[in-house]
Amino acid sequence: MKEYQTITEISGPLVHVETDEPIGYDEIVEIETGDGQTRRGQVLDTASGHVAIQVFEGTEGIDTDSSVRFLGETMKMPVTEDLLGRVLDGSGNPIDSGPDIVPDERRDIVGAAINPYSREYPEDFIQTGVSAIDGMNTLVRGQKLPIFSGSGLPHNDLALQIARQASVPEEEGEGGDDEDTEFAVIFGAMGITAEEANEFMDDFERTGALERSVVFMNLADDPAVERTVTPRLALTTAEYLAFDKGYHVLVILTDMTNYCEALRQIGAAREEVPGRRGYPGYMYTDLAQLYERAGRVKGQEGSITQIPILTMPSDDITHPIPDLTGYITEGQILVDRGLNSQGIQPPIDPLPSLSRLMDDGIGEGLTRGDHGGVSDQLYAAYAEGEDLRDLVNIVGREALSERDNNYLDFAEEFEEQFVQQGYDTSRDIDETLDIGWDLLSMLPKPELNRIDEENIEEHYREDVEAEVAAD
Amino acid sequence: MSQATDTTVREDGVIESVSGPVVTATDLDAKMNDVVYVGEDGLMGEVIEIEGNLTTIQVYEETSAVAPGEPVEGTGSPLSVDLGPGMLDSIYDGVQRPLDVLEDKMGSAFLDRGVDAPGIDLEKTWEFTPEVEEGEAVEAGDIVGSVPETPSIDHKVMVPPGYEGGEVVSIEPGDFTVEETVAELDTGEEIQMRQEWPVRQARPTEDKQTPTEPLTSGQRILDGLFPLAKGGTAAIPGPFGSGKTVAQQSLAKFADADIVVYIGCGERGNEMTEVIDDFPDLPDPQTGNALMARTCLIANTSNMPVAARESCVYTGITIAEHYRDMGYDVALMADSTSRWAEAMREISSRLEEMPGEEGYPAYLAARLSQFYERAGYFDNVNGTEGSISAIGAVSPPGGDFSEPVTQNTLRIVKTFWALDSDLAEKRHFPAINWDDSYSLYRDQLDPWFVENVAEDWPEQRQWAIDILDEDGELQEVVQLVGKDALPEDQQLTLEVARFIKEAWLQQNALHDVDRYCPPEKTYRILGAIQSFNDEATDALNAGVPIDEITGIDAVPRLNRIGTTPDDEVDEFVDELEADIEEQLRSLY
Ligand SMILES: Nc1ncnc2c1ncn2[C@@H]1O[C@H](COP(=O)(O)OP(=O)(O)OP(=O)(O)O)[C@@H](O)[C@H]1O
Ligand SMILES: [Mg+2]
Repeated sequence: MKEYQTITEISGPLVHVETDEPIGYDEIVEIETGDGQTRRGQVLDTASGHVAIQVFEGTEGIDTDSSVRFLGETMKMPVTEDLLGRVLDGSGNPIDSGPDIVPDERRDIVGAAINPYSREYPEDFIQTGVSAIDGMNTLVRGQKLPIFSGSGLPHNDLALQIARQASVPEEEGEGGDDEDTEFAVIFGAMGITAEEANEFMDDFERTGALERSVVFMNLADDPAVERTVTPRLALTTAEYLAFDKGYHVLVILTDMTNYCEALRQIGAAREEVPGRRGYPGYMYTDLAQLYERAGRVKGQEGSITQIPILTMPSDDITHPIPDLTGYITEGQILVDRGLNSQGIQPPIDPLPSLSRLMDDGIGEGLTRGDHGGVSDQLYAAYAEGEDLRDLVNIVGREALSERDNNYLDFAEEFEEQFVQQGYDTSRDIDETLDIGWDLLSMLPKPELNRIDEENIEEHYREDVEAEVAAD
Repeated sequence: MSQATDTTVREDGVIESVSGPVVTATDLDAKMNDVVYVGEDGLMGEVIEIEGNLTTIQVYEETSAVAPGEPVEGTGSPLSVDLGPGMLDSIYDGVQRPLDVLEDKMGSAFLDRGVDAPGIDLEKTWEFTPEVEEGEAVEAGDIVGSVPETPSIDHKVMVPPGYEGGEVVSIEPGDFTVEETVAELDTGEEIQMRQEWPVRQARPTEDKQTPTEPLTSGQRILDGLFPLAKGGTAAIPGPFGSGKTVAQQSLAKFADADIVVYIGCGERGNEMTEVIDDFPDLPDPQTGNALMARTCLIANTSNMPVAARESCVYTGITIAEHYRDMGYDVALMADSTSRWAEAMREISSRLEEMPGEEGYPAYLAARLSQFYERAGYFDNVNGTEGSISAIGAVSPPGGDFSEPVTQNTLRIVKTFWALDSDLAEKRHFPAINWDDSYSLYRDQLDPWFVENVAEDWPEQRQWAIDILDEDGELQEVVQLVGKDALPEDQQLTLEVARFIKEAWLQQNALHDVDRYCPPEKTYRILGAIQSFNDEATDALNAGVPIDEITGIDAVPRLNRIGTTPDDEVDEFVDELEADIEEQLRSLY
C-alpha cells in the first residue's frame, strides 16, 4: 500500500491525485488531513498517473499536503448475523455501545446483479394489516414497493406500521418463535433529521423490533456523499441475511430524495452534462442498482422486500426522483396531502397507488377468491366518485342523477371506512375484504361489473343497498 | 455470444483509464466494433472509438477494481451473435450469453464477471433433413435443409451470406452438431448450421414490400382500432405503470407471429422471471404448443451493465432477421427503447461527445431509425418471404411525450399506441388513449379484415370511432352541467360510449379468457353494442324514456362477453341481442 502526498485539486466532494502506480476503479481510499483525521473515499475515475476520488465524509480540512492511501480493494461491508440488533453510522461503523463486530465475511457493497434466470417470481402475500395496501395494492415477499410522499406527511408512521404488522398469514398458525427469528428489518436512513431518527429508534425499541434489525444512520448533518454508500451497505447486509442465512428481510430506505440529491451534488462537482432538472443522466441506472437488489432466488429460503421512502419535491410525481423510481419499482404507495388534512390515517390514495405483483399473490388459496374482483371494483367505483366531485362543486348534488349521487356517497364512505383505520389497527385480509363488500353493497348489483357473479352472490349484502335507497 | 474464432496472436494493448463502463487502452490493434477482452479478468468489451493510439472500449461487465496497466486483448472480430438452432426456448443477456449456462458456470444466482459462453449449444446434435440434392446449385442465403428446432419451428439451414455458392457436392441427412458440416459445395465451401453475424449490420434481403396482412394481436383495441401489420413498426409510449410491459407481453403471447423475440432492455428482473415462468406453460394460440417453443428472450435488466443494454436490441434484431430469412413472420418487442437510448447517452457522455437534445447524443435519431428500418415485410434473398414486426416501448420522463426519444420514434414508426396515465389510474386497461393513438396501416389492412373476419369491419369501426368522438365532446359538457341536463338522445350516446369503453376497449390481461380475443369475437362484441344502440334509438324515437331503456336487465350482460369463452361467444351474443331486442320492444 502506497501513500501519496500529491493532491493536485480539491473541488467540492472530489479530490484529484497524481499517482505512479495503477489504481483500480472503485477502489477505497483513505485521506489523512494535517490534523490527523482520516476521511474515506472511492475512486471515481482512474487513468495512469492520475485518479479522481469522491470523498464520503466531506473534503473540509483536506489540503494538498494531506496524504492519500489506496487500500487496494473496493468498498466492503463486514457481514455477520451478529449485526442484528446493532446501530451503525452511514459508513457502517457501530455507533451503539455494543461490542466489536467480528465479521463472518467482508462483501463487496456493489452487489452483483441477480441472474434473471435464477430469480423466483415473488408471490407470497404479506399481510401489512393496512386495508388500502392489502386490499388494493397487495405487497408480496421479494417486492420493491416504495412510499411516495411529500414533506411533512406521515410516511414514517406508515412505514413503521408496516414494519410492525407485516406477517405472512399461512405461517401465523404455526406460531413458533423460529418464525419470528426468520424475519429481519434493515433500516437505512439517509439524511433524515435526528427527530425522525428518534421516532424510528423509539418505535424499534418499544416494540422490541431492534433485536431483529440492523440500523444504518446517516443523518441530515452527516456528510451528504456518504449517503451514496449507506443504502449499498444496507442492501449488502440484507443480501447476506436473506440469501446466506435464510431470513425474510424487509429493507426500509429513507429518504431516497436525499440520496438522489447527493448524486446530483457529485455529478455537478464532476462537471458532468446534467440530465433532467440537473440530476445525472445515469440516475436511472444508479437507482436500479439499489432497487433491483430485492427479490427471491430459486432454491433459497430468504427474501428481500424493499420499502424505499421518498418525499416528492413539491408533491410532483413527475419529478425525476419519483419518476425514475416508479419506472424501476414494482408499483408505489401514494401518501396524499388532501387525505392527510382530512384526518385520514394512513392517508393513502389508492388511485395513483399500484402494486404490480398483486395479481399473483392474491386469490383463491392465497387470500380469497373475491379479492381481485373486489379490488378492481373498489378502484373503479372510487375513481368514478372522485371524478364526480369536481362536477358537484359546480352543479350541486341535486343536479346529479341517483347513480351519480350513489357514487359520491361511496367515495366518501370509502375514505372514511376503508382507508381510514389509524396507525395502531391491524386488519386481517378477511376484515379488509368484508369492509370492501360493505361499501360495494352501497351500489346496485348490476354496477358490479368487475366481479364474478358467484362472488357477488356470495358476498353482496342486499340490506345495505336498501339502507342507502331509503335515505 | 459468438466465440472468438480468430486464433492469430495479437499484440496486447494496455489500459490507460477506467471510468465506469468506459475504458481506454493504448497500443491496441483493433478495428471499430471489435470485441476485446479487458483486464486480468478478461471482461468482454467492444471498441467504440479509435483516436490515434488511443482506443475507447465499452465494457459489457462491471469494471470495479480494474486498473490502468492491465492488458487488453483483441479478438479481431466484431460483436457478433451465433445463429443456429437452439436460440428458441433460450434466455440470453445483452451479448447473447445464455443465462442458464451462466448460472451453471458461475455456480451462483448472482452474475459474476469474466465468464463467457457460446450463444448456442455446441455439443447438442440436431436431426438434419436436406432440402436440396447433390448436384443442385445453391447461392448465398439459400436453404439447404432443416432441423426440428422446437415442436413449433423447423429451423432452416441456409448458405451464409457472403458465400460464393455453387453446386452441392455432398449433403446427407443425419444427426449433426451445429459446428459439423452438413453440406459441401464444389467451391470447397462448407455449410454448418451455425453462422455468425455482426449485430450492428442488417442481414441482406432482396426487397421490402408494403405490408398488407395484420399481425393480429388478440387485443380488441389494437385489432379493432389501431392494427399493426406483419412487418410493421409500432411504439407504445407511456408513463410508469401505464401498461407498456403488460401490452408487450400480451403481444408476445397472442400475436399470430411464428417467432417472438422479446427484449427486456434495462427493465425489471422479476418481469423476465415472469415470462420464463409463464411461457413454458401457456399454449401458443396458433399451434397449441408451449409459447416458449417460438420465443427467444433477451434479458438485460436495469441493474446489469449499461453497455450490454446498449447492445441488447441489436442482438435481438439480428436473431429476428435470421428467422425472417427462413421465411418466418417474426414479432420483436423491445421493452424499453428508452433504456437503450439512455445507455447511448451514458456512454456518449463518458466519451465527452457533444450532447444533443437533453444530453442524448446527436446520433440518437439515426440509431433509432436504423433499428426500425430493420423491420419490414421482406422478399428474402432465397426467394421466401418473411417479416419482422418491431414494437418498441418508450418510457418518457414524467410521461411527457415531447421528449426526444418519443418524438424521434414517432417520426419513424407507423403505429402509435399512446398510453394514458388518467386511464391507467381509472384502471381502464389497456390504457391506450383512443384519441391520440393511430395506425397508418389501417386502410391497407382493411381488405384482409373484410375478407377474413366481416364484410362491414371498416364500417363498424367507423361507427365506434364516431360514437367515441361524440362522447368526447359531450363529456366536456357533462363536466359543466351534469349528465341529466343533456337531451335524451345524447344521454343514449353517452351510455353506448360507456359500453364501447367498458365492454370493448377495456380488456383484462390478467383474466384467463379475456386476455386473448380473436378478431371474430372483437367484431361480435362491438356488433352487440351496435345493435343495442340501434334498438335503443328506435325505442327512444317511440317515446320510451332513457332511464327505462338503459335499465333493461339484458344490457349489463354486454360487459360479460369479453370473459365468455371463445366457443360460447356466438351463442351468448345471439341470445343477448335477442333479449335486448325483446326487452326494448316490449317497452313500446
Ligand atoms: N391490460 C391490462 N389488464 C389488466 N391490468 C393491466 C393491464 N395493463 C396494465 N395493467 C396493470 O397495470 C400495471 C402496470 O403495467 P405495466 O407493468 O405494463 O406498466 P409499464 O408501463 O410497463 O410501467 P413501467 O414503465 O414502469 O415498466 C400492471 O401490473 C397491471 O396491474
Ligand atoms: Mg414496464
